[in-house]
Amino acid sequence: MASNPTLQMHAEQQPLCAEVGGDWVLANVEKLEQLIGRVRSGGTETIQQLNMQGLRRLDTTGGLLLLQLVGIPRPENLPAYLQQVDDHHKIILLAMAEAICEAEATTPRQHRWLMDLLQRIGMWMVDAWLQLRLLMHFIGVVITTTIRNLLQPWRLRWTSLAFHIEHIGLDAVPIVALLSFLVGSTVAFLGASVLRDFGATIYTPDMVSYAFLREFGTLLPAILLAGRSGSAFTAQIGSMKSNEEIDALKTLGMDPVCILAMPRIVAMLVSLPLLSFIGMLAGLLGGMLVCSTVLDISPAAYVSRIYNFTDITHFWVGISKAPVFAFLIGVVGCLEGFKVSGSAESVGQHTTSSVVQAIFLVLTSDAMFAVLFEQVGI
Amino acid sequence: MADQQTADNPDADYVIQVRDLVNAFGEHVVHNGLNLDVRRGEILGVVGGSGSGKSVLLRSIVGLQKIRSGRIELFGEPLGELLDDSDNLCDLRLGVMFQDGALFSSLTVTENIQMPIQEHYQVSAQLLHELADMKMLLAELPLQAANKYPSELSGGMRKRAGLARSLSLDPEILFLDEPTAGLDPISAAAIDHLLQTLQQALGLTVFLVTHDLDTLHAVCDRVAVLGEGKLITIGTLDEVADYDHPWIRAYFSGPRGRRNERSGQH
Repeated sequence: MASNPTLQMHAEQQPLCAEVGGDWVLANVEKLEQLIGRVRSGGTETIQQLNMQGLRRLDTTGGLLLLQLVGIPRPENLPAYLQQVDDHHKIILLAMAEAICEAEATTPRQHRWLMDLLQRIGMWMVDAWLQLRLLMHFIGVVITTTIRNLLQPWRLRWTSLAFHIEHIGLDAVPIVALLSFLVGSTVAFLGASVLRDFGATIYTPDMVSYAFLREFGTLLPAILLAGRSGSAFTAQIGSMKSNEEIDALKTLGMDPVCILAMPRIVAMLVSLPLLSFIGMLAGLLGGMLVCSTVLDISPAAYVSRIYNFTDITHFWVGISKAPVFAFLIGVVGCLEGFKVSGSAESVGQHTTSSVVQAIFLVLTSDAMFAVLFEQVGI
Repeated sequence: MADQQTADNPDADYVIQVRDLVNAFGEHVVHNGLNLDVRRGEILGVVGGSGSGKSVLLRSIVGLQKIRSGRIELFGEPLGELLDDSDNLCDLRLGVMFQDGALFSSLTVTENIQMPIQEHYQVSAQLLHELADMKMLLAELPLQAANKYPSELSGGMRKRAGLARSLSLDPEILFLDEPTAGLDPISAAAIDHLLQTLQQALGLTVFLVTHDLDTLHAVCDRVAVLGEGKLITIGTLDEVADYDHPWIRAYFSGPRGRRNERSGQH
């Protein structure tokens, strides 16, 4: 489509003249770079004249290359370099020379690996510290808002709360039950194969009930909600933030934490303990299925075994962690949403960060609980 | 002065020809047999009330909107065939500047400009960098903005960056969707001036969708008025302003229009 560009040097002439022809356009940029590379490698001194008689089409790409050939002169000096130039081409070159001479060229950013690495580590550390402070601050705000809401319960958004309980709690029941059931049966299988070596398969129900009442019954729904609802909090609040809706709330004299964060966090606090209870039941049910099919422990024997030998404190240990997890997930999800700035990309980043942080906090606090209960002897 | 250019060559070749265009979303008919010709090298301002289908027309011409019926020709070739091959699209050299820039938010301004060039052509890193700088300078964007992300730019800067990116493939036709919307009058005037300079320097054909009477006064060679799914009239600003149609009367002689004319006479 575009005809070949040409560049011919007339070395015998003084001042040094170059003859250009053909289409100097973006579509020919590869050929143009080769042509110029060849001329440059010839070691010729600066070109003083451009004969543009043969030039057909010229766009800004070709224009830039032509200007570079003559060393990017100032616009007032440019006409002296041009010979037999078409008016239209001259206008392009002049406009470009004018635009370019106004500014110093930037240099591409240089990478220095060690310094970049150190810089990034430093930035991470500072950022981590700031994030932690922000989280503490936000927890404080949420607690004071909660107290205010407790004193004035009519200020809590009850409709919004019901909506969020439905989405966080009710809608998650099937997936929580299914996952807990599957993990319950897996634990029972593991127990059966390990305990069989000791002839102690009769303890399998104990293992399942210990695991589910103390740990998995709460942990599984918590991780699920961190991924399912924590991320949703961030995305919802984040897109409102980037749409300036949060700012609009503030200017209208409404407290975004009270309106947006409180219903979500409270809904989380209500839903997670209930889901944990369902998770525990489903896990025990999964264990029961495996015990009755693989180990010849009848459902009746399974239930009476758990009933007689598993202490109720395990249930309280497990369920007492649920509100803590719920609070952490809710707070992180909402806070990350409020941190969103500007673009849609920022919403994505903070959603990822929200899920990662929530799961991290849930697991570390669970480990701390394990140590605490061990020390207390429960 | 703008009129002369077009009046001199009444048989000017048309780079865009729209014939009997019909666009509809479900029951809602936006265009109902719209005809429009755009001459090579002119700045055409397209105006019309909200919902008159200005943006839809722009999207139809660049192939973003599937048209229900009618024919669109670019450089004398039917649009449908051109769209079948993405290489064609690149050769077509259409530049579109979207309303809020539509810059890729994960890339810096420089990368936004470089990406289309890099995607279509083999260019050395050095030249690529210089090309991006040059487009930014043409769009009168300070080079300090080069390594910033779109979210760090002001509205006016985002528009300039969007303009710089739309120039990245050296288009022959530039489509602009409300380039001055949301800008203060001074920035808007600067954009107007920039458009005019660029159009004259690079010989672009500009298809300009706007609400801004100042822009129409300042830069447009011809103005097209859309309404009722059709082209109501097209011509120089004076011809259009004298055309007898309720919407046009309201538009040009409303409180904002009158003020504008007065300031134009001084």
